[in-house]
Amino acid sequence: MMNHIVIAPVLLPLLIATLLLLIRQQNLSFQRILSIASVAAQVILAAMLLRAVSSEEILVYAVGNWAAPFGIILVADRLAAYMLMISALLAFCALIYAVRKSDRIGQHFHVLFQLQLLGLNGAFLTGDLFNLFVFFEILLLASYSLLLHGGGRLRTKAGLHFVVINLVGSTLFLFAVGILYGTLGTLNMADLAVKVAASPDENVFLVRVAGFLLFGVFALKAALLPIYTWLPAAYAHTTAAVAALFAIMTKVGAYCILRVYTLIFGEQAGPAANLIEGWLLPLALATLIVGMIGVIASTRLRQQAAYLVVASIGSLLIAFGLNTNAGIVAGLYYLPHSTFAAAAFFLLADIIASRRGKINDKFDLGPMIAHKRLLGVLFFSTAILIVGLPPLSGFIGKFLILQAALTHSMLPWIMSIILLTSLLGLIAVARSGSLLFYRAQSMEAVSHIPEASVTVKTGSVTVELMPVISLLLLCIALVIYAGPVTEFSLTIADQLLQPTIYIRAVLGDGGIT
Amino acid sequence: MEALISIVLGTLTACGVYLILRFRTFPVVLGLTFLSYAANLFLLVMGRLTIGKPPVITEGVTDYADPLPQALVLTAIVIGFAMTAFVIMLSLKAYAALGNDHVDGKHKL
Repeated sequence: MMNHIVIAPVLLPLLIATLLLLIRQQNLSFQRILSIASVAAQVILAAMLLRAVSSEEILVYAVGNWAAPFGIILVADRLAAYMLMISALLAFCALIYAVRKSDRIGQHFHVLFQLQLLGLNGAFLTGDLFNLFVFFEILLLASYSLLLHGGGRLRTKAGLHFVVINLVGSTLFLFAVGILYGTLGTLNMADLAVKVAASPDENVFLVRVAGFLLFGVFALKAALLPIYTWLPAAYAHTTAAVAALFAIMTKVGAYCILRVYTLIFGEQAGPAANLIEGWLLPLALATLIVGMIGVIASTRLRQQAAYLVVASIGSLLIAFGLNTNAGIVAGLYYLPHSTFAAAAFFLLADIIASRRGKINDKFDLGPMIAHKRLLGVLFFSTAILIVGLPPLSGFIGKFLILQAALTHSMLPWIMSIILLTSLLGLIAVARSGSLLFYRAQSMEAVSHIPEASVTVKTGSVTVELMPVISLLLLCIALVIYAGPVTEFSLTIADQLLQPTIYIRAVLGDGGIT
Repeated sequence: MEALISIVLGTLTACGVYLILRFRTFPVVLGLTFLSYAANLFLLVMGRLTIGKPPVITEGVTDYADPLPQALVLTAIVIGFAMTAFVIMLSLKAYAALGNDHVDGKHKL
């Protein structure tokens, strides 16, 4: 008897998106209720899946009851359930913010939002490489439209770059899939893992080429060093709620890297074992440096937030690149932290920018902003969170990464780069914080700037700040429950580093030869 | 046959890559189309080139054509078609919003 809950996170947003499409656009409040209810249900579904996978082993759902490796399968293991939970929680906060602000500036926001979640959930759950491509396309097509939501010159320009580079990425993905199918005759991930390990000598080169092509695609999604340039412009110019949701998009790339290069090209892959070891770590270190330089050099608050995303993906992939149990645990702890923190930063940047009139989020001397005390406290907390100062979760994440790196041969590099970039990040956010909150005050006297009188008409500032506060509370929960979270991450890492468990769950005992 | 297909694939990919590196949006869109054609053809060929073989189980037949790449390529074509339509609309929108068809939206004509 198959457990149908595995496919529910894919079906639910699809169903709701279709329903939303049928509802007349004018009836926005009903759309909002439906959309929020759907995301809330996805949080519950993710929690149920987490429960199921923490007690049992791996849940496999054969779509149409076609047995693997012939049919398409969905696989819910601990990692997939964990990612589902993170994306559902993030989506909930982003959606609440969008309902307050930006969902009415264009059409079909909620439809696209649900389709985006469909793509994300599918990408986390699928156990088939071609199916992963399809879910990638779904989430990308939704993300293109969400990115352009509301229109505008800069948004269109950044959107064009984003779309073109991702289309090239999709083509590369197809080539990689083609090579793998042509040489190994399967696209089921578990089956691939078996076949890659047993690939004959004349195919090894092609399999390795396909492996590196896939790495290129995932690195593009994750915004790793040579191909990160699409990210800052795209994230800085879209609406805040969308940018907050996109904080999970780079993590999809990181998730795929973790999944494919532990399962298919992992330790036990014979001639293609540990394929990207030696590439991932140096690139991640370089990404962290370049990202942090971007943070320092940013001229706008939202641009700074976008570069912080680049830097965080650097830290995350350093952890995964260590290729050890402890490294994966550290990465898995850092992943939700960096996602929530980046989203909070984007939302906060938008709230601050909306109070500064024409200056918006530019780093210029501006008027004193409304509710500066409350916003100041929140900005301060988010800043120390994202830079990684104690006592918040960023510190624990970075500490775990450094601890995991202690036995690594590149320790001096890892240690110095992480610590140095943390310092750079601290300087950068402290500078923007003082510009936004302290030096604005002194400008009050010289209020020749007409925007100084800008007042924002908002019902209640606490309602507006709710999503930000919830995201920060999630990060605080990560500190309080750091023990259980790292313990669970440890069980995820154990499962990942023993691909035979996954293979046996998918293919049965016959899969292991 | 294999040689011909390989040459076609190589030419399509080379044209696609060259066009993608152009500075106007229309050649870039064409380049993306060429690249996706190349990818689709490549995917189809990965089932090996066979002539006159049935794709489904038939009595008295031992050699089959692989039906899976055909299914894969059908999906890829549909997705590629949708993406091309989207990127054409987007480049038109960019042309309207930015006043020119430079990919960075700043080239003075």
